[in-house]
Amino acid sequence: MSDYAVEVRGLRKAYGPVEAVRGVDLSVHRGEIFALIGPNGAGKTTALEILEGHRRADAGEVSVLGHDPARGEVALKQRIGIVLQSTSIGTYLTVEETLQQFRGFYPRPLPLDQLIALVGLEASRKKLVRRLSGGQQRRLDVAIGLAGDPELLFLDEPTTGFDPAARRGAWEMIRGLKSLGKTVLLTTHYMDEAQALADRVSVIRQGRIVAEGTPDELRGGTADTVISFRYSGAPGDLPVPVVMENGHAVLRTDQPIAALYELTRWAKERGAELEGLSVTPATLEEVYLGLAGDDPE
Amino acid sequence: MALQQVGWENRSFWRNPAAAFFTFLLPLLFLVLFNALFGDSELEIDGRQLDGSTFYVPGIAALSVVSACYTNVGMMVTIARDLGVLKRMRGTPLPPWAYIFGRLGQALLVSVLMVVIVTVVGAVAYGTQLPESTLPGFLVTLLVGSLAFCALGLALTAVIPNADAAPAVTNATILPLLFVSNVFVPLQDPPEWLAIVGDIFPVKHFAAALQTAFHPDTTGAGFEWGHLAVIAAWGVAGAVLAVRFFSWEPRR
Repeated sequence: MSDYAVEVRGLRKAYGPVEAVRGVDLSVHRGEIFALIGPNGAGKTTALEILEGHRRADAGEVSVLGHDPARGEVALKQRIGIVLQSTSIGTYLTVEETLQQFRGFYPRPLPLDQLIALVGLEASRKKLVRRLSGGQQRRLDVAIGLAGDPELLFLDEPTTGFDPAARRGAWEMIRGLKSLGKTVLLTTHYMDEAQALADRVSVIRQGRIVAEGTPDELRGGTADTVISFRYSGAPGDLPVPVVMENGHAVLRTDQPIAALYELTRWAKERGAELEGLSVTPATLEEVYLGLAGDDPE
Repeated sequence: MALQQVGWENRSFWRNPAAAFFTFLLPLLFLVLFNALFGDSELEIDGRQLDGSTFYVPGIAALSVVSACYTNVGMMVTIARDLGVLKRMRGTPLPPWAYIFGRLGQALLVSVLMVVIVTVVGAVAYGTQLPESTLPGFLVTLLVGSLAFCALGLALTAVIPNADAAPAVTNATILPLLFVSNVFVPLQDPPEWLAIVGDIFPVKHFAAALQTAFHPDTTGAGFEWGHLAVIAAWGVAGAVLAVRFFSWEPRR
Protein backbone atom coordinates (compact mmCIF):
# COMPACT_ATOMS: atom_id res chain seq x y z
CA MET A 1 0.00 0.00 0.00
CA SER A 2 1.25 3.44 -0.90
CA ASP A 3 2.43 5.76 1.87
CA TYR A 4 0.30 8.46 0.36
CA ALA A 5 -3.38 8.90 1.01
CA VAL A 6 -3.58 11.39 -1.84
CA GLU A 7 -1.28 11.82 -4.82
CA VAL A 8 -1.86 14.39 -7.52
CA ARG A 9 0.34 15.13 -10.53
CA GLY A 10 -0.20 17.88 -13.08
CA LEU A 11 -3.83 18.55 -12.18
CA ARG A 12 -5.61 21.01 -14.47
CA LYS A 13 -9.18 22.25 -14.60
CA ALA A 14 -10.73 25.10 -16.59
CA TYR A 15 -14.24 26.52 -16.55
CA GLY A 16 -14.64 27.81 -20.06
CA PRO A 17 -11.78 30.23 -20.65
CA VAL A 18 -10.94 30.50 -16.93
CA GLU A 19 -8.19 28.15 -15.76
CA ALA A 20 -8.97 27.48 -12.11
CA VAL A 21 -6.25 24.89 -11.56
CA ARG A 22 -3.14 24.97 -13.73
CA GLY A 23 -0.83 22.09 -13.00
CA VAL A 24 -1.04 21.23 -9.30
CA ASP A 25 1.03 18.50 -7.61
CA LEU A 26 0.14 17.31 -4.10
CA SER A 27 1.22 14.42 -1.90
CA VAL A 28 -0.60 13.83 1.35
CA HIS A 29 0.90 11.23 3.69
CA ARG A 30 -1.28 8.81 5.57
CA GLY A 31 -2.10 10.02 9.06
CA GLU A 32 -1.14 13.65 8.58
CA ILE A 33 -3.09 16.88 8.58
CA PHE A 34 -2.43 18.62 5.30
CA ALA A 35 -3.55 22.18 4.61
CA LEU A 36 -4.12 23.69 1.19
CA ILE A 37 -4.05 27.41 1.74
CA GLY A 38 -4.69 30.29 -0.58
CA PRO A 39 -6.82 33.38 -1.13
CA ASN A 40 -10.38 33.21 -2.45
CA GLY A 41 -10.45 32.17 -6.09
CA ALA A 42 -7.03 30.51 -5.95
CA GLY A 43 -8.39 27.11 -6.95
CA LYS A 44 -8.52 25.39 -3.53
CA THR A 45 -12.12 24.26 -3.69
CA THR A 46 -11.87 23.19 -7.31
CA ALA A 47 -8.84 21.03 -6.53
CA LEU A 48 -10.53 19.55 -3.47
CA GLU A 49 -13.77 18.81 -5.30
CA ILE A 50 -11.84 16.89 -7.96
CA LEU A 51 -10.30 14.75 -5.20
CA GLU A 52 -13.76 14.21 -3.68
CA GLY A 53 -15.15 13.03 -7.01
CA HIS A 54 -17.53 15.98 -7.42
CA ARG A 55 -15.70 17.34 -10.47
CA ARG A 56 -13.69 15.87 -13.30
CA ALA A 57 -10.17 17.02 -14.00
CA ASP A 58 -9.25 18.18 -17.50
CA ALA A 59 -5.78 16.68 -17.17
CA GLY A 60 -3.45 15.13 -14.62
CA GLU A 61 -3.21 12.03 -12.47
CA VAL A 62 -5.24 11.77 -9.29
CA SER A 63 -5.06 8.93 -6.79
CA VAL A 64 -7.13 8.97 -3.59
CA LEU A 65 -6.52 5.90 -1.41
CA GLY A 66 -5.44 4.17 -4.62
CA HIS A 67 -8.65 5.04 -6.50
CA ASP A 68 -9.46 7.46 -9.27
CA PRO A 69 -12.21 9.55 -7.64
CA ALA A 70 -13.74 10.49 -11.02
CA ARG A 71 -15.07 6.94 -11.31
CA GLY A 72 -17.39 7.49 -8.35
CA GLU A 73 -16.79 4.01 -6.91
CA VAL A 74 -18.70 3.05 -3.79
CA ALA A 75 -15.57 1.29 -2.52
CA LEU A 76 -13.85 4.68 -2.32
CA LYS A 77 -16.87 6.59 -1.01
CA GLN A 78 -17.02 4.15 1.90
CA ARG A 79 -13.49 5.12 2.96
CA ILE A 80 -13.63 8.91 2.68
CA GLY A 81 -15.59 11.61 4.45
CA ILE A 82 -16.46 14.92 2.80
CA VAL A 83 -17.30 18.20 4.51
CA LEU A 84 -18.27 20.66 1.80
CA GLN A 85 -17.76 24.38 2.07
CA SER A 86 -21.32 25.47 2.67
CA THR A 87 -24.14 23.02 2.86
CA SER A 88 -27.28 22.69 4.84
CA ILE A 89 -29.24 19.70 6.02
CA GLY A 90 -32.64 20.87 4.83
CA THR A 91 -34.68 18.30 6.72
CA TYR A 92 -36.78 18.35 9.84
CA LEU A 93 -34.71 15.64 11.53
CA THR A 94 -32.86 15.87 14.84
CA VAL A 95 -29.08 15.74 15.21
CA GLU A 96 -29.32 12.12 16.30
CA GLU A 97 -31.66 11.11 13.48
CA THR A 98 -29.52 12.84 10.87
CA LEU A 99 -26.42 10.99 12.03
CA GLN A 100 -28.32 7.69 12.13
CA GLN A 101 -29.44 8.31 8.56
CA PHE A 102 -25.87 8.88 7.34
CA ARG A 103 -24.44 6.04 9.46
CA GLY A 104 -26.84 3.78 7.59
CA PHE A 105 -24.96 4.46 4.32
CA TYR A 106 -21.70 2.86 5.53
CA PRO A 107 -20.60 -0.71 6.25
CA ARG A 108 -18.69 0.12 9.46
CA PRO A 109 -19.97 3.41 10.87
CA LEU A 110 -18.62 5.04 14.02
CA PRO A 111 -20.84 4.41 17.06
CA LEU A 112 -23.44 7.16 17.41
CA ASP A 113 -22.36 8.24 20.89
CA GLN A 114 -18.71 8.49 19.89
CA LEU A 115 -19.66 10.52 16.83
CA ILE A 116 -21.69 12.99 18.87
CA ALA A 117 -18.96 13.26 21.50
CA LEU A 118 -16.24 13.84 18.87
CA VAL A 119 -17.91 17.05 17.73
CA GLY A 120 -19.24 18.05 21.15
CA LEU A 121 -22.95 18.02 20.32
CA GLU A 122 -24.05 15.95 23.34
CA ALA A 123 -26.33 18.67 24.65
CA SER A 124 -28.05 19.14 21.27
CA ARG A 125 -28.57 15.55 20.20
CA LYS A 126 -32.38 15.73 20.36
CA LYS A 127 -32.58 19.15 18.73
CA LEU A 128 -33.96 19.66 15.25
CA VAL A 129 -31.07 20.44 12.93
CA ARG A 130 -32.66 23.68 11.78
CA ARG A 131 -32.64 24.98 15.34
CA LEU A 132 -28.86 24.64 15.68
CA SER A 133 -26.59 27.69 15.64
CA GLY A 134 -24.24 28.19 12.70
CA GLY A 135 -21.29 26.76 14.62
CA GLN A 136 -23.29 23.75 15.77
CA GLN A 137 -24.44 23.09 12.19
CA ARG A 138 -20.82 23.16 11.05
CA ARG A 139 -19.90 20.65 13.75
CA LEU A 140 -22.75 18.45 12.59
CA ASP A 141 -21.34 18.75 9.04
CA VAL A 142 -18.07 17.36 10.36
CA ALA A 143 -19.88 14.58 12.26
CA ILE A 144 -21.69 13.62 9.03
CA GLY A 145 -18.32 13.50 7.27
CA LEU A 146 -17.05 11.18 10.01
CA ALA A 147 -20.16 8.97 10.14
CA GLY A 148 -18.62 6.18 8.08
CA ASP A 149 -15.37 6.13 10.11
CA PRO A 150 -13.38 7.34 7.06
CA GLU A 151 -9.62 6.90 6.63
CA LEU A 152 -9.43 10.23 4.87
CA LEU A 153 -11.46 13.34 5.67
CA PHE A 154 -11.80 16.34 3.34
CA LEU A 155 -12.59 19.60 5.13
CA ASP A 156 -13.32 22.59 2.91
CA GLU A 157 -12.82 25.74 5.00
CA PRO A 158 -13.93 24.16 8.28
CA THR A 159 -13.90 27.33 10.39
CA THR A 160 -14.89 30.13 8.02
CA GLY A 161 -17.31 32.39 9.86
CA PHE A 162 -16.43 31.08 13.33
CA ASP A 163 -15.72 33.33 16.29
CA PRO A 164 -12.26 32.85 17.86
CA ALA A 165 -13.46 30.54 20.63
CA ALA A 166 -15.35 28.32 18.21
CA ARG A 167 -12.28 28.15 15.98
CA ARG A 168 -10.10 26.95 18.86
CA GLY A 169 -12.72 24.33 19.65
CA ALA A 170 -12.75 23.18 16.03
CA TRP A 171 -8.95 22.98 16.00
CA GLU A 172 -9.00 20.77 19.09
CA MET A 173 -11.49 18.52 17.37
CA ILE A 174 -9.40 18.26 14.18
CA ARG A 175 -6.27 17.45 16.20
CA GLY A 176 -8.30 14.74 17.90
CA LEU A 177 -8.99 13.18 14.49
CA LYS A 178 -5.28 12.92 13.84
CA SER A 179 -4.84 11.02 17.08
CA LEU A 180 -7.46 8.56 15.80
CA GLY A 181 -5.13 7.90 12.87
CA LYS A 182 -7.19 9.73 10.27
CA THR A 183 -5.71 11.62 7.37
CA VAL A 184 -7.14 15.12 7.05
CA LEU A 185 -6.91 17.30 3.95
CA LEU A 186 -8.27 20.76 4.66
CA THR A 187 -8.44 24.06 2.85
CA THR A 188 -8.31 27.38 4.58
CA HIS A 189 -7.51 30.97 3.92
CA TYR A 190 -6.38 31.54 7.48
CA MET A 191 -2.65 31.13 7.85
CA ASP A 192 -2.86 30.83 11.62
CA GLU A 193 -5.16 27.87 11.12
CA ALA A 194 -2.63 26.10 8.91
CA GLN A 195 0.12 26.94 11.38
CA ALA A 196 -1.87 25.62 14.33
CA LEU A 197 -3.07 22.43 12.69
CA ALA A 198 -1.14 21.26 9.71
CA ASP A 199 1.81 18.90 9.52
CA ARG A 200 2.40 20.12 6.02
CA VAL A 201 1.12 23.02 3.96
CA SER A 202 0.84 23.85 0.28
CA VAL A 203 0.22 27.45 -0.70
CA ILE A 204 -1.91 27.74 -3.83
CA ARG A 205 -2.23 30.91 -5.81
CA GLN A 206 -3.88 31.46 -9.18
CA GLY A 207 -4.22 27.74 -9.68
CA ARG A 208 -0.57 26.91 -8.96
CA ILE A 209 1.32 25.69 -5.91
CA VAL A 210 3.76 28.46 -5.01
CA ALA A 211 5.26 26.97 -1.84
CA GLU A 212 5.06 23.78 0.15
CA GLY A 213 6.54 22.24 3.27
CA THR A 214 6.03 22.09 7.01
CA PRO A 215 4.97 25.34 8.65
CA ASP A 216 8.51 25.64 10.08
CA GLU A 217 10.12 25.04 6.71
CA LEU A 218 7.91 27.64 5.11
CA ARG A 219 8.87 30.12 7.79
CA GLY A 220 12.55 29.25 7.56
CA GLY A 221 12.57 29.12 3.78
CA THR A 222 12.25 32.84 3.43
CA ALA A 223 13.74 35.48 5.71
CA ASP A 224 13.17 36.04 8.73
CA THR A 225 12.99 37.79 11.95
CA VAL A 226 10.74 40.79 12.33
CA ILE A 227 12.09 43.79 14.25
CA SER A 228 9.64 46.53 15.06
CA PHE A 229 9.54 49.70 17.22
CA ARG A 230 7.55 52.93 17.48
CA TYR A 231 9.06 55.64 15.29
CA SER A 232 7.84 58.95 13.94
CA GLY A 233 10.92 60.32 12.17
CA ALA A 234 12.00 59.97 8.56
CA PRO A 235 12.79 56.35 7.64
CA GLY A 236 15.87 57.55 5.78
CA ASP A 237 17.47 58.70 9.05
CA LEU A 238 17.67 55.14 10.33
CA PRO A 239 20.83 53.08 9.71
CA VAL A 240 18.83 50.15 8.34
CA PRO A 241 16.09 49.99 5.65
CA VAL A 242 12.62 49.85 7.23
CA VAL A 243 9.01 50.08 6.17
CA MET A 244 6.53 52.16 8.15
CA GLU A 245 3.44 50.30 9.42
CA ASN A 246 0.95 51.98 11.78
CA GLY A 247 3.53 54.31 13.32
CA HIS A 248 6.07 51.54 13.67
CA ALA A 249 9.29 51.06 11.79
CA VAL A 250 9.39 47.43 10.70
CA LEU A 251 12.36 45.50 9.41
CA ARG A 252 12.36 41.94 8.10
CA THR A 253 15.82 40.46 8.03
CA ASP A 254 17.67 37.19 8.03
CA GLN A 255 20.53 38.88 9.98
CA PRO A 256 18.81 40.13 13.11
CA ILE A 257 21.97 40.43 15.23
CA ALA A 258 23.65 42.85 12.85
CA ALA A 259 20.46 44.88 12.35
CA LEU A 260 19.84 45.13 16.09
CA TYR A 261 23.45 46.18 16.68
CA GLU A 262 23.11 48.99 14.13
CA LEU A 263 19.80 50.12 15.56
CA THR A 264 20.77 50.07 19.22
CA ARG A 265 24.07 51.90 18.53
CA TRP A 266 22.17 54.52 16.51
CA ALA A 267 19.67 55.01 19.36
CA LYS A 268 22.33 55.15 22.07
CA GLU A 269 24.36 57.80 20.17
CA ARG A 270 21.26 59.99 20.13
CA GLY A 271 20.23 59.19 23.68
CA ALA A 272 16.95 57.92 22.29
CA GLU A 273 14.94 54.86 23.21
CA LEU A 274 13.59 52.23 20.80
CA GLU A 275 10.10 52.30 22.25
CA GLY A 276 7.95 49.22 21.97
CA LEU A 277 10.85 47.25 20.51
CA SER A 278 9.91 43.74 19.57
CA VAL A 279 11.93 40.99 17.93
CA THR A 280 9.83 38.07 16.68
CA PRO A 281 10.19 35.24 14.22
CA ALA A 282 8.15 35.84 11.07
CA THR A 283 4.77 34.16 11.33
CA LEU A 284 3.55 31.98 8.54
CA GLU A 285 1.03 34.73 7.88
CA GLU A 286 3.81 37.08 6.80
CA VAL A 287 5.40 34.44 4.64
CA TYR A 288 2.02 33.82 3.11
CA LEU A 289 1.33 37.48 2.48
CA GLY A 290 4.70 37.72 0.78
CA LEU A 291 3.77 34.78 -1.44
CA ALA A 292 0.12 35.43 -2.07
CA GLY A 293 -0.58 39.00 -1.04
CA ASP A 294 -0.15 40.70 -4.36
CA ASP A 295 -2.80 38.58 -6.01
CA PRO A 296 -4.48 40.80 -8.61
CA GLU A 297 -7.91 39.21 -8.02
CA MET B 1 -30.96 1.56 2.43
CA ALA B 2 -33.51 2.81 -0.11
CA LEU B 3 -36.44 1.87 2.14
CA GLN B 4 -34.80 3.60 5.09
CA GLN B 5 -34.58 6.73 2.95
CA VAL B 6 -38.36 6.61 2.51
CA GLY B 7 -38.64 6.46 6.30
CA TRP B 8 -36.38 9.47 6.90
CA GLU B 9 -38.08 11.53 4.18
CA ASN B 10 -41.45 10.63 5.60
CA ARG B 11 -40.52 11.59 9.14
CA SER B 12 -39.10 14.89 7.95
CA PHE B 13 -42.17 15.59 5.76
CA TRP B 14 -44.69 15.39 8.59
CA ARG B 15 -42.62 17.70 10.79
CA ASN B 16 -42.50 20.37 8.09
CA PRO B 17 -45.56 22.56 8.73
CA ALA B 18 -45.66 24.11 5.27
CA ALA B 19 -45.39 20.77 3.45
CA ALA B 20 -47.93 19.08 5.67
CA PHE B 21 -50.40 21.93 5.24
CA PHE B 22 -50.19 22.46 1.48
CA THR B 23 -49.88 18.82 0.52
CA PHE B 24 -52.13 17.24 3.11
CA LEU B 25 -54.62 19.67 4.68
CA LEU B 26 -55.34 21.94 1.73
CA PRO B 27 -56.83 19.26 -0.56
CA LEU B 28 -58.98 18.01 2.33
CA LEU B 29 -60.15 21.55 2.93
CA PHE B 30 -61.12 21.83 -0.75
CA LEU B 31 -62.95 18.52 -0.49
CA VAL B 32 -65.15 19.83 2.30
CA LEU B 33 -65.66 23.28 0.75
CA PHE B 34 -66.54 22.18 -2.77
CA ASN B 35 -68.90 19.49 -1.55
CA ALA B 36 -70.63 21.89 0.80
CA LEU B 37 -71.06 24.45 -1.99
CA PHE B 38 -71.76 22.31 -5.04
CA GLY B 39 -72.21 18.75 -3.80
CA ASP B 40 -75.92 18.60 -4.64
CA SER B 41 -75.75 20.12 -8.12
CA GLU B 42 -76.43 18.03 -11.22
CA LEU B 43 -73.66 18.16 -13.80
CA GLU B 44 -73.07 16.99 -17.31
CA ILE B 45 -69.46 16.52 -18.31
CA ASP B 46 -68.33 15.08 -21.63
CA GLY B 47 -71.79 13.69 -22.15
CA ARG B 48 -71.92 11.99 -18.75
CA GLN B 49 -74.49 12.86 -16.06
CA LEU B 50 -73.20 13.03 -12.50
CA ASP B 51 -73.86 14.83 -9.23
CA GLY B 52 -71.50 17.33 -7.63
CA SER B 53 -70.02 14.89 -5.11
CA THR B 54 -69.25 12.28 -7.74
CA PHE B 55 -67.42 15.06 -9.56
CA TYR B 56 -65.51 16.50 -6.60
CA VAL B 57 -64.43 13.36 -4.74
CA PRO B 58 -62.38 11.96 -7.65
CA GLY B 59 -61.34 15.50 -8.56
CA ILE B 60 -59.84 16.06 -5.12
CA ALA B 61 -58.28 12.59 -5.20
CA ALA B 62 -56.55 13.67 -8.42
CA LEU B 63 -55.52 16.97 -6.81
CA SER B 64 -54.05 15.07 -3.85
CA VAL B 65 -51.88 12.89 -6.06
CA VAL B 66 -50.77 15.88 -8.14
CA SER B 67 -49.77 17.91 -5.08
CA ALA B 68 -48.04 15.02 -3.28
CA CYS B 69 -46.12 13.96 -6.38
CA TYR B 70 -45.70 16.85 -8.80
CA THR B 71 -45.76 19.91 -6.52
CA ASN B 72 -44.15 18.34 -3.46
CA VAL B 73 -41.39 16.51 -5.35
CA GLY B 74 -40.66 19.41 -7.70
CA MET B 75 -40.43 21.90 -4.86
CA MET B 76 -38.66 19.86 -2.19
CA VAL B 77 -36.05 18.31 -4.48
CA THR B 78 -35.17 21.75 -5.88
CA ILE B 79 -34.79 23.15 -2.38
CA ALA B 80 -32.63 20.17 -1.37
CA ARG B 81 -30.50 20.67 -4.47
CA ASP B 82 -29.93 24.35 -3.72
CA LEU B 83 -29.07 23.73 -0.09
CA GLY B 84 -26.38 21.29 -1.23
CA VAL B 85 -28.18 18.28 0.23
CA LEU B 86 -28.07 16.41 -3.08
CA LYS B 87 -24.38 17.14 -3.48
CA ARG B 88 -23.68 15.93 0.03
CA MET B 89 -25.59 12.71 -0.65
CA ARG B 90 -23.57 12.23 -3.84
CA GLY B 91 -20.38 12.08 -1.78
CA THR B 92 -21.65 9.18 0.33
CA PRO B 93 -22.01 5.50 -0.65
CA LEU B 94 -25.80 5.95 -0.90
CA PRO B 95 -26.65 5.08 -4.53
CA PRO B 96 -28.24 8.03 -6.38
CA TRP B 97 -31.30 5.97 -7.29
CA ALA B 98 -31.86 5.20 -3.61
CA TYR B 99 -32.06 8.89 -2.77
CA ILE B 100 -34.62 9.44 -5.55
CA PHE B 101 -36.45 6.30 -4.41
CA GLY B 102 -36.71 7.79 -0.92
CA ARG B 103 -38.21 11.00 -2.25
CA LEU B 104 -40.68 9.30 -4.59
CA GLY B 105 -41.57 6.59 -2.07
CA GLN B 106 -42.52 9.28 0.42
CA ALA B 107 -44.64 11.03 -2.22
CA LEU B 108 -46.41 7.77 -3.09
CA LEU B 109 -47.09 7.05 0.59
CA VAL B 110 -48.72 10.44 1.03
CA SER B 111 -50.71 9.97 -2.19
CA VAL B 112 -52.08 6.64 -1.06
CA LEU B 113 -52.98 7.99 2.36
CA MET B 114 -54.73 11.02 0.84
CA VAL B 115 -56.69 9.00 -1.70
CA VAL B 116 -57.87 6.61 1.02
CA ILE B 117 -59.01 9.52 3.20
CA VAL B 118 -60.74 11.29 0.31
CA THR B 119 -62.50 8.10 -0.79
CA VAL B 120 -63.68 7.20 2.68
CA VAL B 121 -64.81 10.73 3.52
CA GLY B 122 -66.62 10.84 0.16
CA ALA B 123 -68.49 7.62 0.90
CA VAL B 124 -69.33 8.45 4.50
CA ALA B 125 -70.10 12.15 4.29
CA TYR B 126 -71.20 12.72 0.69
CA GLY B 127 -72.63 9.35 -0.33
CA THR B 128 -70.27 8.77 -3.23
CA GLN B 129 -69.75 5.26 -4.52
CA LEU B 130 -66.75 3.28 -3.30
CA PRO B 131 -64.75 2.08 -6.30
CA GLU B 132 -65.48 -1.63 -5.71
CA SER B 133 -66.14 -3.30 -9.06
CA THR B 134 -63.84 -0.68 -10.60
CA LEU B 135 -61.03 -1.32 -8.09
CA PRO B 136 -58.57 -2.73 -10.67
CA GLY B 137 -58.97 0.29 -12.93
CA PHE B 138 -58.86 2.64 -9.93
CA LEU B 139 -55.59 1.20 -8.60
CA VAL B 140 -53.90 1.11 -11.99
CA THR B 141 -54.97 4.70 -12.66
CA LEU B 142 -53.55 5.79 -9.30
CA LEU B 143 -50.28 3.97 -9.89
CA VAL B 144 -49.79 5.29 -13.43
CA GLY B 145 -50.86 8.77 -12.35
CA SER B 146 -48.64 9.05 -9.30
CA LEU B 147 -45.58 7.68 -11.10
CA ALA B 148 -46.18 10.02 -14.03
CA PHE B 149 -46.59 13.10 -11.82
CA CYS B 150 -43.49 12.13 -9.81
CA ALA B 151 -41.49 11.88 -13.05
CA LEU B 152 -42.83 15.24 -14.19
CA GLY B 153 -41.97 16.76 -10.80
CA LEU B 154 -38.38 15.53 -11.14
CA ALA B 155 -38.17 16.81 -14.70
CA LEU B 156 -39.47 20.18 -13.54
CA THR B 157 -36.54 20.62 -11.11
CA ALA B 158 -34.27 20.94 -14.14
CA VAL B 159 -35.99 24.13 -15.27
CA ILE B 160 -36.34 25.70 -11.81
CA PRO B 161 -33.33 28.01 -11.44
CA ASN B 162 -33.17 28.10 -7.64
CA ALA B 163 -34.98 27.39 -4.40
CA ASP B 164 -36.57 30.85 -4.26
CA ALA B 165 -38.26 30.23 -7.59
CA ALA B 166 -39.43 26.71 -6.71
CA PRO B 167 -42.90 27.52 -5.28
CA ALA B 168 -43.61 30.03 -8.05
CA VAL B 169 -42.64 27.72 -10.90
CA THR B 170 -44.42 24.63 -9.57
CA ASN B 171 -47.62 26.52 -8.84
CA ALA B 172 -47.55 28.52 -12.06
CA THR B 173 -47.33 25.32 -14.07
CA ILE B 174 -50.00 23.38 -12.19
CA LEU B 175 -52.66 25.82 -10.92
CA PRO B 176 -54.03 26.94 -14.30
CA LEU B 177 -54.15 23.30 -15.40
CA LEU B 178 -56.19 22.33 -12.36
CA PHE B 179 -58.82 24.89 -13.42
CA VAL B 180 -59.17 23.59 -16.98
CA SER B 181 -58.99 19.90 -16.05
CA ASN B 182 -62.27 19.23 -14.25
CA VAL B 183 -60.69 19.34 -10.81
CA PHE B 184 -61.78 22.65 -9.26
CA VAL B 185 -64.44 23.66 -11.76
CA PRO B 186 -66.74 21.39 -13.75
CA LEU B 187 -66.32 22.28 -17.41
CA GLN B 188 -69.85 22.15 -18.79
CA ASP B 189 -69.70 23.35 -22.38
CA PRO B 190 -66.27 25.04 -22.17
CA PRO B 191 -64.85 27.14 -25.03
CA GLU B 192 -63.26 24.81 -27.54
CA TRP B 193 -59.71 26.07 -27.09
CA LEU B 194 -59.95 25.53 -23.34
CA ALA B 195 -61.12 21.97 -23.85
CA ILE B 196 -58.21 21.37 -26.21
CA VAL B 197 -55.68 22.79 -23.74
CA GLY B 198 -57.08 20.51 -21.04
CA ASP B 199 -56.95 17.52 -23.35
CA ILE B 200 -53.28 18.05 -24.17
CA PHE B 201 -52.07 17.87 -20.56
CA PRO B 202 -52.34 14.86 -18.25
CA VAL B 203 -54.36 16.27 -15.31
CA LYS B 204 -57.74 16.22 -17.09
CA HIS B 205 -57.22 12.64 -18.24
CA PHE B 206 -56.26 11.62 -14.73
CA ALA B 207 -59.35 13.24 -13.21
CA ALA B 208 -61.58 11.69 -15.90
CA ALA B 209 -60.17 8.21 -15.32
CA LEU B 210 -60.78 8.55 -11.59
CA GLN B 211 -64.33 9.81 -12.20
CA THR B 212 -65.04 6.66 -14.15
CA ALA B 213 -63.94 4.61 -11.15
CA PHE B 214 -66.34 6.50 -8.88
CA HIS B 215 -69.29 6.75 -11.27
CA PRO B 216 -72.25 4.51 -10.36
CA ASP B 217 -73.08 3.84 -14.03
CA THR B 218 -69.64 2.46 -14.84
CA THR B 219 -69.69 -1.16 -15.88
CA GLY B 220 -66.63 -3.38 -16.02
CA ALA B 221 -63.30 -2.97 -14.24
CA GLY B 222 -63.06 0.77 -14.83
CA PHE B 223 -60.03 0.90 -17.12
CA GLU B 224 -59.87 4.04 -19.24
CA TRP B 225 -57.13 3.02 -21.65
CA GLY B 226 -57.22 6.20 -23.71
CA HIS B 227 -56.76 8.42 -20.65
CA LEU B 228 -54.13 6.09 -19.17
CA ALA B 229 -52.14 6.18 -22.41
CA VAL B 230 -51.97 9.99 -22.34
CA ILE B 231 -50.91 10.04 -18.67
CA ALA B 232 -48.29 7.34 -19.25
CA ALA B 233 -46.90 9.17 -22.28
CA TRP B 234 -46.42 12.30 -20.17
CA GLY B 235 -44.81 10.19 -17.45
CA VAL B 236 -42.34 8.61 -19.85
CA ALA B 237 -41.48 12.01 -21.32
CA GLY B 238 -40.97 13.34 -17.78
CA ALA B 239 -38.73 10.42 -16.86
CA VAL B 240 -36.59 10.82 -19.99
CA LEU B 241 -36.15 14.55 -19.39
CA ALA B 242 -35.43 13.97 -15.69
CA VAL B 243 -32.74 11.39 -16.43
CA ARG B 244 -31.19 13.65 -19.05
CA PHE B 245 -31.27 17.01 -17.26
CA PHE B 246 -31.43 16.30 -13.52
CA SER B 247 -28.71 18.14 -11.59
CA TRP B 248 -27.17 17.24 -8.22
CA GLU B 249 -25.25 20.50 -7.93
CA PRO B 250 -26.71 23.72 -6.54
CA ARG B 251 -27.16 26.40 -9.21
CA ARG B 252 -25.84 29.71 -8.07
